[in-house]
Amino acid sequence: MTVLRIPTPLRPYTSGKSEVKVSGSNISEALTDLTSQYPNIKPHIFNEGDELRPFVNLFVGEHNIKDLQGVSTPIQDGDKLMLIPSIAGGCYCEGKTRINLMLPTKRGGEHVT
Amino acid sequence: MLPELSHEEILRYSRHLLIPEVGLEGQRKLRNSSALIIGTGGLGSPVALYLAAAGIGRIGLVDYDVVDSSNLQRQVIHGTSTIGKLKVESARDKLMDLNPDIQVDVYNEPYTSENALRIAKDYDIILDGTDNFPTRYLTNDVAVFLSKPNVYASIYRFDGQVSVFYAKEGPCYRCLFPEPPPPGLVPSCAEGGVLGVLPGTIGTIQATEALKVLLGIGEPLIGKLLLYNALDMSFDFVRLKKNPNCRVCGPNADIKELIDYEEFCGVPSHDHEEGSAGAGRDITVLELSERMKTHHLKLLDVREPHELEISKLPNAVNIPLGQLAARLSELDSADEMVIFCKSGSRSARGLELLASAGFKKVKNLKGGINSWAKEVDKNLPVY
Repeated sequence: MTVLRIPTPLRPYTSGKSEVKVSGSNISEALTDLTSQYPNIKPHIFNEGDELRPFVNLFVGEHNIKDLQGVSTPIQDGDKLMLIPSIAGGCYCEGKTRINLMLPTKRGGEHVT
Repeated sequence: MLPELSHEEILRYSRHLLIPEVGLEGQRKLRNSSALIIGTGGLGSPVALYLAAAGIGRIGLVDYDVVDSSNLQRQVIHGTSTIGKLKVESARDKLMDLNPDIQVDVYNEPYTSENALRIAKDYDIILDGTDNFPTRYLTNDVAVFLSKPNVYASIYRFDGQVSVFYAKEGPCYRCLFPEPPPPGLVPSCAEGGVLGVLPGTIGTIQATEALKVLLGIGEPLIGKLLLYNALDMSFDFVRLKKNPNCRVCGPNADIKELIDYEEFCGVPSHDHEEGSAGAGRDITVLELSERMKTHHLKLLDVREPHELEISKLPNAVNIPLGQLAARLSELDSADEMVIFCKSGSRSARGLELLASAGFKKVKNLKGGINSWAKEVDKNLPVY
């Protein structure tokens, strides 16, 4: 089991949890475990082609998986995983900060209506 | 040639002069240096106050907003007596009171591709205290093109990030975040809000990094990102590397000049008409008040449950915006509906979502429940 740290903006999709225990021998398996536990987080970290979105960074310890072997990066029990999103805020001002959301998507990105 | 310090200045900066890493020479370096602060809000407040107190010789402030009472929970450079004043003027007055020996230049204008290079070129360091993606990418690109360090910070609720992006010596903001989240995917800013002291903590760290860079002491956060969480009281550091494919600072960079950042991010960086869903899709609070006398309208409140404790409209159904997509089955597209939130922005997005799901009889309450509180029911508070 590895602990994955969830940043505040993504916690609404993990039932408010700041850390989620995930299992897997590499990042890809760990994220599959995460999205099976919390399916709502999936569109926020993966694109329609099941690739990590470019503005989502995942770190193993101090290192970005982009600087390692990407989603194939192996992980071990006790590794600390961290998702780091881009956040715009300097102060929140409604009206200045565009609020965005999307409909849940089926595989292939088709909107569910 | 570094400037000499007067006797008054030597007394003022005595506690700096006693630190060997600063000393007289360091203080003269600070006196000779300049810093540009983008934004005089939550982050810009502590940044400007501490850099002024530290004796940075010239400080530039960029903002185009006016002080509002809802700013004062965190924007401590302003005060109750400056509500309604231009933020840059309110901030300058405070800084000149704190340290009359420094020069404060103000730019009461939005920071844009048209003026950014001109404004930033004469400063030694740039501090990013903005609140939106377009201005963050602009601030980064300007710093890269002018080869200046960009002390970055960003906050959300209880989380803060700080780094020093300096393409000459390490990665830039785009190396970490090559592109912004597309509109439609920013994780729920809808709930918004920020702990007032958070920008204090994070902005003070930003000011610390700026002083270290200007003095050439310690290890600035170049190639490192600090992640702070106030609830856990955790400080985590991760390493950042230069991205060889970076479009502004990589060896094959293809962005050589400033671009249209609103287009790049797909979101506005500066105030557009607030709380409107666009022509024909809004209803004003006065129109709604009249229409409710003769028609049965379904009211849909897309605010968060804790906001209902502040104010609510009778008989409104509450579905927070973040849950709307998943709870469409609770609504009937045959109903004539008015969607509202605090000031009309979230509900405008909600209306877009409903429209794309086939709801045709929905209007957005322009200005939200705050407008209702101002114009229809003055017993309700504005927040």
